[in-house]
Amino acid sequence: MPTDIDRDALQRMVANGAQLVEVLPADEYAEDHLPGAINIPLSHIDAGVAGALDRNRPVIVYCWDVA
Amino acid sequence: MSPRAAWRLESLGYAEVYDYAAGKLDWLAAGLPTEGTNASKPRIGAIARKDVPTCRLDERLSDVRDRVHRAGWEAVVVVNEEHVVLGLLRAKELAGEGGRLIEQVMRPGPSTFRPYAFVHDLAHFMVDHKLESSPVTTSDGRLVGLLLQKDVVEVAGR
Repeated sequence: MPTDIDRDALQRMVANGAQLVEVLPADEYAEDHLPGAINIPLSHIDAGVAGALDRNRPVIVYCWDVA
Repeated sequence: MSPRAAWRLESLGYAEVYDYAAGKLDWLAAGLPTEGTNASKPRIGAIARKDVPTCRLDERLSDVRDRVHRAGWEAVVVVNEEHVVLGLLRAKELAGEGGRLIEQVMRPGPSTFRPYAFVHDLAHFMVDHKLESSPVTTSDGRLVGLLLQKDVVEVAGR
């Protein structure tokens, strides 16, 4: 079950090697994204993402807000 | 959207998936840096005065005024113990009768801006509305700093 985290936890985890993924569309990612984040829009998350993400490290996803 | 993404990744075999549900809005509201085409555009969070004096509702105006003037300010933001903005006093309110409590003389519920707003977007707004200063807060109302019209106009003019 995915775990909700806050901003402080995100910063700690990224500093320790977690992967950060923005799941918004590419144009929104291009305007603003968190430092170091890669973009995998929700509609593109499938078996093919295996090449972009390391299964052995934590993955943090985010979008615009809780809505 | 991110909860669905997190669950989908788990279904694909990723064992350790986390959801930063508060998202980019929370990050920007905290005034933290970003990457992307907007990153080079100045945002008000960067120029809001973080050293603005603050006070509490139950302080006496004369005490606050002395402290604020000694620090070289003509404004003070009223906050609670959580640093949530409750009011604002500018020069006019600070010049009031010193024996009154802050709660009685402050401008309650002042308009606030978020730190991710662009300086250029606010320059005309503050001038047109004769807004000399305004608190900048996170989305949950916590004070980031005080935005001064003169700072906004200066940065927007560069």
